[in-house]
Amino acid sequence: MAELDQAHESYELGMHTEQLSGRTQQVFFSAEESGNLVYPWAPVVDFEKSGEIDAESLNQQEVNAEIRRLMSEGIGTITVRNPGAKHSLGVGILSRLNLHFDGSLGYFGCGLLDGPNVTVSGRVGWSCGENMMAGTVLIEKNGGSTFGAAIRGGDLVCKGDVGSRTGIDQKGGTIIVGGRAGAFSGFMMQRGRMVILGDAGKNLGDSMYDGTIYVGGSIADLGVDAVEGEMTDLDREWLTRKLAQYGLEAPNGVENMTKIVSGKQLWNYDNLEPTEKKLVL
Amino acid sequence: MAYEKDINHFIKGDGLDSEREQTIGQHIGYRYDVNLVPDYERLTPFLKNYIETMGWTDLNWLEDVHMGYEESRPAVFDRNINGWVTIPEEIDLPDNQQDRDMIARELLIKFQMSPKHPMVDLRKAYAKF
Repeated sequence: MAELDQAHESYELGMHTEQLSGRTQQVFFSAEESGNLVYPWAPVVDFEKSGEIDAESLNQQEVNAEIRRLMSEGIGTITVRNPGAKHSLGVGILSRLNLHFDGSLGYFGCGLLDGPNVTVSGRVGWSCGENMMAGTVLIEKNGGSTFGAAIRGGDLVCKGDVGSRTGIDQKGGTIIVGGRAGAFSGFMMQRGRMVILGDAGKNLGDSMYDGTIYVGGSIADLGVDAVEGEMTDLDREWLTRKLAQYGLEAPNGVENMTKIVSGKQLWNYDNLEPTEKKLVL
Repeated sequence: MAYEKDINHFIKGDGLDSEREQTIGQHIGYRYDVNLVPDYERLTPFLKNYIETMGWTDLNWLEDVHMGYEESRPAVFDRNINGWVTIPEEIDLPDNQQDRDMIARELLIKFQMSPKHPMVDLRKAYAKF
């Protein structure tokens, strides 16, 4: 990449402040040293080995502990019967696993996941897939509000309708809604992709910093700084492949979906800003 | 910005596009297009193996991983340590963003899954279960 020329107007004015940058980690790394495909601490599981849990008489902590116990025994495909819409089921799983819920989940189901493939045959309550890092979650029926709140990665799919504030504070990953999504979906979205095959509610993408929202139906209205973007061939290819993966189709074809992106008028990332404020004040 | 600009925009240029960026001499935002979706024709054998191992059919969370820059050196951001991992100097980088992104994804997996990753020690010290 071309070097940034630091000798700019701002330096002459004496306004330059520290660089905004992350912390570099390079001393640990050799590209050849690791052939692992899972975390070093992850239990070794076999997808061919299956186990079953009847959750009817268990509380949510007991169900989650039982999932971990089966994983520690090498079982890679687990079915949970009678989840009974209990809250916080299937959370914090940080390795590969096939997990099936035969029924519905309550609030905060399947949160903090990093790797597993989860299916839910019923509905889910508020904040399903919250802070999800990686993996796939497929909901056969409807989802509650704040579906995929603060999701960072992976695919979170609801074949039915979802409530308001879907993907609020989304930081990555893909949220797919087969039906409608409520108001303020994509609120403060920062990156990632949201696909709404049905209609989108009011204030779609309000205050979004970045990321992309694709809508197959009508949009009630756009939020602040959400603007229509141009669909590209890469977008269409990606949408076609991703929807087919979950047995979904855009009602009028992916070529007729509407793409929403950030207008970036609210951006004020600028390391001069504090200094300038001091000068002004 | 998605695709209105050249996909290789940040390889070819310095990222100082707006008047504001030229004034301050610094690019505002990420120095890669966060909305760029991957070109699956360019998957590496390692990534294909990773996808298969995890039981996925695509790159999943790695779709959001791109090659960026830290202190003007090619690097990939590791969310698990909240920091940039610089790309080893001995690796020859291709001249296009899509191929560079695939290398970044492969290296990030190797880094995160390594027994030397900082999370291994943190986990020993703080893990509750």
